[in-house]
Amino acid sequence: MRGVTQARPQAAGRARRFACAAAVALAATGCGGGGNGGGGGDGTGILSSSWGDPQNPLEPANTNEVQGGKVLDMIFRGLKRYDPETGEAKNMLAEKIESDDSQNFTVTVKKGWKFSNGEPVTAKSFVDAWNYGAHLDNAQKNAYFFEYIEGYDEVHPEEGDPSAKTLSGLKVTGGQTFTVKLNQKFSTWPETLGYNAFAPLPKAFFDDHDAWVKKPVGNGPYQVESYQKGSVMKLRKWEDYKGPDKARNGGVDLKVYTDNNAAYTDLLSGNLDLADDIPAAQLKNVESDLGDRYINEPAGIIQTLAFPFYDKGWGEGKEKLRQGISRAIDREKITEQIYHGTRTPASDWTSPVLGEKGGYQAGICGEFCDYDPKAAKKLIDEAGGLPGGRMTLTSNVDTGSHRVWLDAACNSINNALGKDKACTVNPVGTFADYRNQIGDERMTGPFRAGWQMDYPLIQNFLQPLYYTNASSNDGKWSNKEFDKLVDEANAERDTEKAVRKFQDAEKVLAEQMPAIPLWYQNGSAGFSERLTDVKLNPFSVPVYDQIKVG
Amino acid sequence: MGRYVIRRLLQMIPVFIGSTFLIFIMVYALGDPVAALFGDRAPDPATAARIRAELYLDQPLWKQYLHYMGQIFRGDFGTAFNGQPVLDLMVTAFPITIRLTLIAVVIEMIIGIVLGVVSGLRRGRSVDTTLLFLTLIVISVPTFVTGYLLQFLFGVKWGIVRPSVSTDATFGELLLPGVVLALVSLAYVTRLTRTSIVENVRGDYVRTARAKGLPRRRVIVRHLLRNSLIPVVTFIGTDIGALMGGAIVTERIFNIHGVGFQLYQGILRNNAPTVVGFVTVLVIVFLLANLIVDLLYAVLDPRIRYA
Repeated sequence: MRGVTQARPQAAGRARRFACAAAVALAATGCGGGGNGGGGGDGTGILSSSWGDPQNPLEPANTNEVQGGKVLDMIFRGLKRYDPETGEAKNMLAEKIESDDSQNFTVTVKKGWKFSNGEPVTAKSFVDAWNYGAHLDNAQKNAYFFEYIEGYDEVHPEEGDPSAKTLSGLKVTGGQTFTVKLNQKFSTWPETLGYNAFAPLPKAFFDDHDAWVKKPVGNGPYQVESYQKGSVMKLRKWEDYKGPDKARNGGVDLKVYTDNNAAYTDLLSGNLDLADDIPAAQLKNVESDLGDRYINEPAGIIQTLAFPFYDKGWGEGKEKLRQGISRAIDREKITEQIYHGTRTPASDWTSPVLGEKGGYQAGICGEFCDYDPKAAKKLIDEAGGLPGGRMTLTSNVDTGSHRVWLDAACNSINNALGKDKACTVNPVGTFADYRNQIGDERMTGPFRAGWQMDYPLIQNFLQPLYYTNASSNDGKWSNKEFDKLVDEANAERDTEKAVRKFQDAEKVLAEQMPAIPLWYQNGSAGFSERLTDVKLNPFSVPVYDQIKVG
Repeated sequence: MGRYVIRRLLQMIPVFIGSTFLIFIMVYALGDPVAALFGDRAPDPATAARIRAELYLDQPLWKQYLHYMGQIFRGDFGTAFNGQPVLDLMVTAFPITIRLTLIAVVIEMIIGIVLGVVSGLRRGRSVDTTLLFLTLIVISVPTFVTGYLLQFLFGVKWGIVRPSVSTDATFGELLLPGVVLALVSLAYVTRLTRTSIVENVRGDYVRTARAKGLPRRRVIVRHLLRNSLIPVVTFIGTDIGALMGGAIVTERIFNIHGVGFQLYQGILRNNAPTVVGFVTVLVIVFLLANLIVDLLYAVLDPRIRYA
């Protein structure tokens, strides 16, 4: 008997992997849902939206993933805000940010803004928040955002205890003004200020931190009405909000789903108004299910295959091998058949959300990102073949349908080489394990490197990933010319020239191919018939304040 | 009897310590959870070290375990990564899963035993064959298929119930997931009861009871069924533990925020306090269910005595 009962959970665990396939078959019959609730277009209707359990407490400098970001985006407004459509950084609370030398900035905060508990937003609200975020004792995961501010090394040393309480580069000079001194020239620094980590914090945050985390208080168009951790957060329109982007609905209920298939089913049956992140298995039939209530828009995410430069087989002098692998992958087919247009083949190392002006330029990668199995084989042969005659592709496979595209990419490479088992997949069960293996430099072949931008700047797609010893340079690639071009670009005060310098740096990537651009990722969402004006911003978060209900 | 129970309870202590230790090692072997907290970005070493120290992860394994056990005996199950005490998670998750399990067990007990008796008494007839065939199908179809199928039919197509369960997770809402969860066990209970009945129906005591002129109903319920239930009770007892821990699939399909949900999140995030805490409670549930099963033997069969 025991044998029977104990075998079952295991089988069920294995079965889960195939669960999506079943769901496809079921939903294929389709069924346009759509509930009917109150609202009536007068701006008081409340919508429900899918949510994931945030990984960290909801402090602005401690939230580094989309689910927590959704909430911060609703309850906070910073000095700058990225335009939901163009991604351009526009002044929000900032009256003006001035600098003569790209290193010393004077920030003036607009008057009249308040937190939803009545406290005014002042220069101090920002300075205190940033000091809190940067200080090592608070162990904030976004602390590195403040690393360009002078004094960061004292409040956040790499080893040992901090020797200062506050950042020496931050000074409150008046009720609404403060100065920032950076430790290097960084002309586009003000444009990074739209990120949530730079949000202001009310006194209540410091006075009673526990209470604040249970029910965060911000200065955005919504306020938190109730928060049941792990299941639902109810946000309601803040009537006294003075900003230009007042909520056009009465509020949002964020409901936690463990499985986006469940959210999708709820959407179809009319129990949910907005589901973002449509499950890959449903993409085939999403258009027949939802019609024009399905949106699919570019997001600032790119997937690449990085190479381990600490491994002799792939590192120095092997650029032809790396370019050859790139040419052997049929991006068109994979994005179309697996992702049904929610990914588009990449031909540079940035993202279309930057726009031409921001530095996105299709085709910088040139022929090396074009699929050509013959040329690929030639390049790989010229480089002396695969190291040891075989290779593995590594990625975590717990999310994002990674397993599927890994198999497809391997097939594509095998076909190009005319060998059956030259490329195999090395799946890693959990993201945590995968990150640890990368951190320990245990990769022996190309591995997946995803990048979601922090802010829509070309700098953010290049420097953290490919600069020598940068925080996300997982392959440990290093190139003097690239570093020099990035430094020059950062010092350049004219934005247009700076962007061009960054693009020059990208050309070095094409020659050296330290990482193969695979595809740009889109954000996707479906919504019920009650909603109109649903959009996703470049961070693939729905623009909640613009949604109309009824 | 009393001494037997005490002895069994004492035996649970080494089992409890051993299993928590094994689970602790297994979660530990999954690796360092801190790196994953930083997403695709390599964590800055200083912050990572602080977080490790906060979570007691910078200590050697045996110290971590002792620290953890010390906490448990003070009624503190540690803190999940999102800053919530694991005890809070348990307080919300366990009642939901217990409700779900209760529904499933009641369904499999009542329907399973009735079907088993009917089938066993009509051995070889068409009712018996049909039931055997149906249970075979139910056993061979995995839970996620029946789950998605019933969810689609009842929730989306016919719109009789909500396809997902709200945060309150009332008995009414849990009925459909309960049926899904119960189905496979239900089939086993039916088959077990049937086999047992078939064996015992020819027993001497049944013939004696009939010869005494007892009414048929009394023969079946008091004599035949009572003796046939021992294997079934064993199965249901151990199944309670399996249902509570094994509801992960069902809970995911219906978006129920119970034990399975928390375990899944905990494993995905390498969150040792959550996983070890929940599994520890499940181990206790399993041990207690087994003890109750053993005690029930004596009730069902007076020949069995514990001393």
